[in-house]
Amino acid sequence: MQIRSCLLALLLCAHSVFGAEDAEINAILKVGAEGANNGEAAKSVAVLSLAPPEKVPQLLAAMNSANELAANYLRSAVDTVVERALSASGKLPVAEIRSFLLNTANHPRARRLAYEILVRVTPKDAADLLPGFGNDPSVELRFDAVELLLSDAKNRKEFKDNDGAVKTYQKALDAARDQKQIETITAELRSLGLSVDLPRHFGFLTHWKVIGPFDNSNLAGFEADYPPEKELVWTAEYEGKTGKVRWTEISTGEDYGKLDLNAPLGELKEVVGYASTEFNSPVEGSAELRLGCKNGWKIWFNGEFVFGRDEYHRGARIDQYRLPVKLKKGRNTLLLKICQNADVKDWTKEWEFQLRVCDATGTAILATDRPPTPVTEAKTKTKTKSPAAKK
Amino acid sequence: MNILHRAFLCLSLVFPAVPRASLAADWLQFRGPGGSGVSQEAGLPSTLSESEIAWKAPLPGRGISSPLVIGDRLYLTASSGSEQDRLHVICLRASDGAKVWERQFWATGRTMTHAKICVATSTPCSDGRRIYAAFSSNDVVCLNLDGGLVWMRGLTRDYPNASNSLGMASSPVVVGETLVFPVESDSESFAVGLNTNDGSNRWKIVRPKQSNWTSPVEVAGGVALLSGGSLSIVDALTGKEKWAFGGGSSMSSATFAEGALYVPAKGTTALRLPAGVSEPEVIWQNNQALCSTVSPVVHNGRLYTVNNAGIVKCSSAKDGEKLWQLRTTGPYSATPVASGKLLYLVNEKGLLQAVDTTAPEGAVVSSLDLQDTFIGTPSIGTKALYLRSDKHLYRIGGAAAK
Repeated sequence: MQIRSCLLALLLCAHSVFGAEDAEINAILKVGAEGANNGEAAKSVAVLSLAPPEKVPQLLAAMNSANELAANYLRSAVDTVVERALSASGKLPVAEIRSFLLNTANHPRARRLAYEILVRVTPKDAADLLPGFGNDPSVELRFDAVELLLSDAKNRKEFKDNDGAVKTYQKALDAARDQKQIETITAELRSLGLSVDLPRHFGFLTHWKVIGPFDNSNLAGFEADYPPEKELVWTAEYEGKTGKVRWTEISTGEDYGKLDLNAPLGELKEVVGYASTEFNSPVEGSAELRLGCKNGWKIWFNGEFVFGRDEYHRGARIDQYRLPVKLKKGRNTLLLKICQNADVKDWTKEWEFQLRVCDATGTAILATDRPPTPVTEAKTKTKTKSPAAKK
Repeated sequence: MNILHRAFLCLSLVFPAVPRASLAADWLQFRGPGGSGVSQEAGLPSTLSESEIAWKAPLPGRGISSPLVIGDRLYLTASSGSEQDRLHVICLRASDGAKVWERQFWATGRTMTHAKICVATSTPCSDGRRIYAAFSSNDVVCLNLDGGLVWMRGLTRDYPNASNSLGMASSPVVVGETLVFPVESDSESFAVGLNTNDGSNRWKIVRPKQSNWTSPVEVAGGVALLSGGSLSIVDALTGKEKWAFGGGSSMSSATFAEGALYVPAKGTTALRLPAGVSEPEVIWQNNQALCSTVSPVVHNGRLYTVNNAGIVKCSSAKDGEKLWQLRTTGPYSATPVASGKLLYLVNEKGLLQAVDTTAPEGAVVSSLDLQDTFIGTPSIGTKALYLRSDKHLYRIGGAAAK
């Protein structure tokens, strides 16, 4: 055991002297699909796990250019180095880790890891920093900062400081990206007499054109390319499952942007419906389409197929699917295909979706010509502007 | 190869990580040895009481996976975060519940699940020298026993439609140097055999396009993959199907014990597996031996099944003949485990019950209300049961080891 310890010490010295982390990091950055380069990465993680504590910032920085798998390999090395440093009273480079955390150009997950290291090493400093993360690119840091605001607002409300509570809740709502937190804040604000436009807060697209039903017998409609997949002509009329169909407009004021296709197209089974809208983007760049849907679906963005999934009635939620896209400045087009299966159980009636446009933190990107959120008496109802064309 | 690599490899060669021989008391996978749910360990508590709680250790986040027992170490998984996207693998000391190490990973796949389960639902498995931890996000992490990362795979990252919005729950099984892991859903549905050394695919086979939460079990000559529509025996090294059998289950898993495979289909169907490629022989079928959610347990020539109403049915494993039935307090999600003459059942509300299987009609001889939610199946170690609630791990038995 003593010999092994000596060899480990020698190895650590050699590590410091030769500073060969770059080669090991590069090996890890090459991990990819189906286990590519896993073998080399494992050796490199083993080596990096023996790195001295002062190398932690370098390992964190390596996550900036790492894919999701490589980031996990690097994280494993960081965890091991930190664990060893803490158990041996080793000195972590707190100032450098703190500096890394505060630089928002670094990867959000790496920064969150830096924060968690600080929580263990300098908990008071970490606690002092937390309120400043309310508008942070890291959703996890942001979440914790919002929790502080919620606690503050709750205290104010308990002490009858309703004005203070409202201001704090509104600040929390501006910062919040987590659905449960937003639900809590919205309920509180509404109980205090304020209105909250949730579809706008999330960036749900509320106005669509829909057409259908087309046939989905035996689920074959999922792969069938019906006319809307070939052209988007709002005046067109096509042969549907039960007769002629044409585009009609629908909108929703539901808090989470749900659009119910049963309303305009009828409570039908084994059918396909399409929904399309335009999104006039204020900027060009990366964005996410975030979809919630318990039916089979496909989505096209600016005419390009993005993704599709043939799972039926296994549940839906906000942000169920995150689909990266590149926004054009100005007009972008969206087309969704929503497929309903043959199941007749009560809980399989839903034929609906919810879709929003946001950045990677979940911050809404609002269209330049976003229409006002429809005001509905019953927030869960989808409004149909004109009846569907069914003969 | 740089000098550090050389030094490290030399160190590894001089002081290799010696594969640890598994002990009889080790519990290396979901439902323990062979996936049977039965331990040969003696000395488990027969009288359940508060005094038998040796320790109760807090766990991060959520989890319903079972702990592994390897010597004096326990290994288990958890998931945390508002999106359940933080994956934990934790090692605790069996004697006192102290944390030995913890590693965290970021999920690369989707993390949505039904509220009853969570991302840490699959029980990890081990070959005695490594831990293979799978999550509902279809991330698979391989660690050595000291927490060193050996490899990681993101199977939804590789195969983007591999997920289930209700959550995935199949636990992997390791056979030789292949990790067999079913990733079956209504959409992209498959099973993989991963090389345990680097996580690469040895094989990937298409599976029925249907949600499935059952776990594979090693059987004589292969691995049994059970889905709602069928049972397949595949070669662990190649994934090649040896034979298939109609009828199956998507919830409770099959049990291979005492030379036969007990399949939760048409109640329970007992199969004698063929040596070659011929069809399996149906030994018996008993449509009264319903398994509902939990899996069958075979112990000392008897088959135990538990239905939704909490009725434990005891049948002859030889011919399926009903021997007795006993009402216990359900509902159950956890599969019972057995040792000696006792069958241990923990219901969803935390009532642990010990059933004396040698009593003429079976008898609940002792119980302990842990007042916590238990969905995961217990594990058995030396003189102790390990039960995992969402937030805590309990050691029941061996309280003197405190």
